[in-house]
Parts: sequence; structure tokens; C-alpha cells
Amino acid sequence: MTELAASDALPKPKRDLLPVLLPVILALAMAPLIGSGSSWVTLTVASLAMGMMIFIMASGLTLVFGLMDVLNFGHGAFIAVGAYIATLVLLPLAAWVQADSLWLNLAVLAPAALAAMAVSGALGLVVERVLILPVYGQHLKQILMTTGGLIVAEQALYALWGPQIIPLPLPTSLRGSFIIGDVAISKYRLLAMLVGLAVFLSIQLVLNRTKIGLLIRAGVENREMVEALGYRIRRLFLGVFMVGSGLAGLGGIMWALYREQVHASMGNDLTVLVFIVVIIGGLGSIGGCFIGALLVAMVANYGGFLVPKLALVSNILLMVAILMWRPRGLYAVTSR
Amino acid sequence: MSELLTLDGVHTHIGRYHILHGVDFGVAEGQTTMLLGRNGAGKTTTLRTIMGLWPASAGQITLAGQRIEQRATPDIATLGVGYVPESMAVFSDLTVKENLILAARDGPLDDTRLEWIFGFFPALKRFWLSRAGSLSGGQKQMLSIARAIVEPRKLLLIDEPTKGLAPAIIVALIECFAEIKRRGATILLVEQNFHVAQQIGDAVLVMDNGRIVHRGDMAALASDVALQERLLGLSLEAHQ
Repeated sequence: MTELAASDALPKPKRDLLPVLLPVILALAMAPLIGSGSSWVTLTVASLAMGMMIFIMASGLTLVFGLMDVLNFGHGAFIAVGAYIATLVLLPLAAWVQADSLWLNLAVLAPAALAAMAVSGALGLVVERVLILPVYGQHLKQILMTTGGLIVAEQALYALWGPQIIPLPLPTSLRGSFIIGDVAISKYRLLAMLVGLAVFLSIQLVLNRTKIGLLIRAGVENREMVEALGYRIRRLFLGVFMVGSGLAGLGGIMWALYREQVHASMGNDLTVLVFIVVIIGGLGSIGGCFIGALLVAMVANYGGFLVPKLALVSNILLMVAILMWRPRGLYAVTSR
Repeated sequence: MSELLTLDGVHTHIGRYHILHGVDFGVAEGQTTMLLGRNGAGKTTTLRTIMGLWPASAGQITLAGQRIEQRATPDIATLGVGYVPESMAVFSDLTVKENLILAARDGPLDDTRLEWIFGFFPALKRFWLSRAGSLSGGQKQMLSIARAIVEPRKLLLIDEPTKGLAPAIIVALIECFAEIKRRGATILLVEQNFHVAQQIGDAVLVMDNGRIVHRGDMAALASDVALQERLLGLSLEAHQ
């Protein structure tokens, strides 16, 4: 790599920091309205944890949307499949899940998460080849095909696991809260924040520090030119689709443990939410998706506390407000 | 002189529109061939068809003895073809450095070659870590050309590089193209500015309605005002 980058005389790229400050401004603005400091901390931590989980589920979708210009309305299927696959590991090993040992709990949780990601990623491979490949560039057909795929996946889950809700208890070590003064911070929410942050930083690292990442960012903006430089973008598409599906699977198991239950329609229920996050963040923008997920979670939590009826429409209102301010989302990457 | 690129009876359809109607020409190795013609004559379509961005519906395209009309764009690029589109198509979210890293397919950036490029386009060195989207139109064009030459290429396809640029930048581009040619690259260059074309072209092709209507030496066309007016509907004086 060239050493020219080291020159101090070269200008630094300008950064658009206003969207980054939005969650901070929102959190601080809510403090006086909520009144109680402990309630504010609890709600803020809940928002951050929920936002991280939504980010994990939505991050793959924003890359697929931005890079491949594919409207994948079936993204929720990967979330649900990830959650169900996790039950195949967690329920037979319930003794380890209920054991009062962090290491035993993690020893069962880690393979469950890996299995969820692997199966969702493999399903992504099949979906891209069978459903998406024939309809590249045709948005209406993409919506029909992927919506159909979501329905088929949901019904397949009903057929395989039955219509009942499957309880998925949290591992013993992740139950309860850390008490700091009069503030209680849920252990699982803390874990969700750490995992979400790790996923975010890993994606940023790949996107900004590797050639594959540069190719993905360039491909989001101009696929044709990436090909004209000699790179096979179709392979990149497939890889991104599989990783995105795998992340949705990871989000699925995390969401299922958060709710302590799995049901076949969970993917369908979450599809609208992840699309709102992707649109708010700007198509193809991981940073925008991260901030969008935090904002959605904050508005849901603060809004639900202050004006419970508002919770029903809070996401839509947030999206309208953001799009009126920035019509292409917080960080516009593509011109689409 | 042998021909590096030949097109033989190439037809291109875009949707239901028939754009190229049997294009035949050859580009001599080591020369700069200018592709001229009115707007809508099919010049950009010709470059995009060679690059595989629009598929040829009939005819043959041969690059260094290999048929390429059925090949995918990345395969054509890896045969040693650099492409500078009319839109410049720099990756605006990436820095100047990152744009060039992507263009260097064969490995890390070569510092010696970079310094050679910075000799023509010092702005790229100055804005090395700036987002390409923040560059001016002329600087984006410099980056687009730098991307095509950051590694040695057999053939460069360049589409209207001087469009809308300031005279000082055009002078730098002319000098750059001359130097690229001296280093042995073959260039097929679409240009509307005849004043520029006559300074850098060895050979000239004129297109009209999707066909080649004239081929010959650039010097001969530059000295024949009547022929220019007949082929291009312009006089040289009008563009000086």
C-alpha cells in the first residue's frame, strides 16, 4: 500500500455528524419529560438493546437493498428461520441453558447462534438463486416473489413446528439485572448491546478497511463501473445476500430470547420494522441503518412510556419526519 | 501496423431500438484513434458494446486476437481494457485513494506510477483522502482517467473526457493522453471537441446513424475543412 496517505498536508474528508447526534439529542431531550432518572436510564438502555437487535436484523437488508437493488420482502423469513433453528439447539440442551454457570450457558448459546446464522445464510443462497436471480432489475416481480417466499417460509414453519408459540427461556446467567444505585440494567439487554456493537464495528471494519468492503460500497453506488474495473459483482451479490441472511438469523435468535418465545409469524411481524429502519438510514448505508435502528427503538420506548397510544404509529411518524428532513434517508449512498 | 481491436459488422439493440447498424473498424496498436460524430450517432454505444456493457446482437469484436463480443464486462476488463465513461462514474462515497485502490486489480498501488499520474493531475494528490463526491467536475474527470491508467492497460476506451471542462484542465488531459500513448497504450477516444481531437488523434473514425461513414488519418481530416463540414457539420474555426 502506498505511503502517500501519511501526508499531513492532505485534507481530511468532511463528516456529516448531525444524524449521529440525533439519538443523543433525543435521549437528552426525553430526560426532563420522563422525570425519574432511573426510569430514563432503564428506558434508554432498553432502547439501545432493542435498537442493536433491530440493527442486526436490518443491516443485511440495507446492503442487499443498496448493492443489489433488490426489494427483499422475504427478509423476515431469515429472522424466523434463525429463531427456529436456535430452538433445535437450545431446547434439547435445556439443562445447560438452565444451569447456573455462565460458561455452560454460553457453550450452548454460541453454537445455537452459529447454527442460526449458518442455516439462514444457506437459505439465503437458495433464495438468491431460485427467487431473486430471475427477477433482478424488476421491482414489482421482486416484491411478489419475495412476499410469496415469506408466506411459504411461514407456512413451512407452521407445518414443521406446529402453530403453537414455542417458549424460549433465557439462559440462567442472563436473567435478572445489574443494580447500580436505583437503576436496574437487564443482563440480556447489556449482552444484546455488546453483540450489536460488535456486529456494527465488524461490518464497519470490513467495509472501510478491506478491498471487499470497498467493492461493496462502490457496488452500492455504481454496479456497472465496478464490473468495468474487472470485478464479478454477481459473486459479491451472492456473498452479501448470504451474509445479510445470516445476520438476520442472528437477529432472529436474539429477538426470540428477548421475547422469550418463537412463533412462525415473527418474521412477518418484523419485516415492516426493518424496512422502516433501512429507509430512515438511507439505502445501502450501514451507519444510517445503525442510527435508524436506535431512533426507532428510542421512539418506541420513550413514546410507549410517555404516550402509550402513540407507540402504534411512532415508527411511521419517525420515518415521515426523517424523510421530510432528508428525503433519501439519514445517509444517502445510492441515487435510487 | 497491426490492429489491437477490430469490430466487424457489429449491431447493438437497446430494448426495441436498433442503435448500431453493422459497425466495422479497426484500432491500430499504439495509436490514438478518435471516434467522432454528431450527438446520437452511436459513439457511446460503440464503446459500451466493446466493453460488454450492452451486448452486441450481431457481429464480431476481436481484442488482441480473442473474440470478446460474448464475454462479460469483468472478463473484458481483465484482458487489459480500461474504460472512462462519459459520466466519469467515480465512486463518490469513496476517497480518491480508495477509488484508485479498487482500480488497481493486480495488487497494491505502485508509488512510481502514482507519482507519474500526479504529475498530470496534482489535484489528486492534494485531495488524496477526500471523498470523490466532493471533487469538482474537472477533478472527477482526472480521477476517472487516473483510475483507468493506474495500472498499464492494453486499450483505453475514453468517452468525451473534455466535456464541460476548463481549458487549463483540457491542456493537462491532452498532455496526459500523449504520454499514455508514448508508453505504448492504445486509445479509442470519443470526442466532440474537434480542436482537441486533432491534437491527440492519429487516426479518425466518423459515425453517423450507427455506422462508420469515414475512416482515415486525423491529419488529413484536420486539413480538409470541406470534409469536416460534410461529415461533422462544423468547421474547425468554429471550435477554435
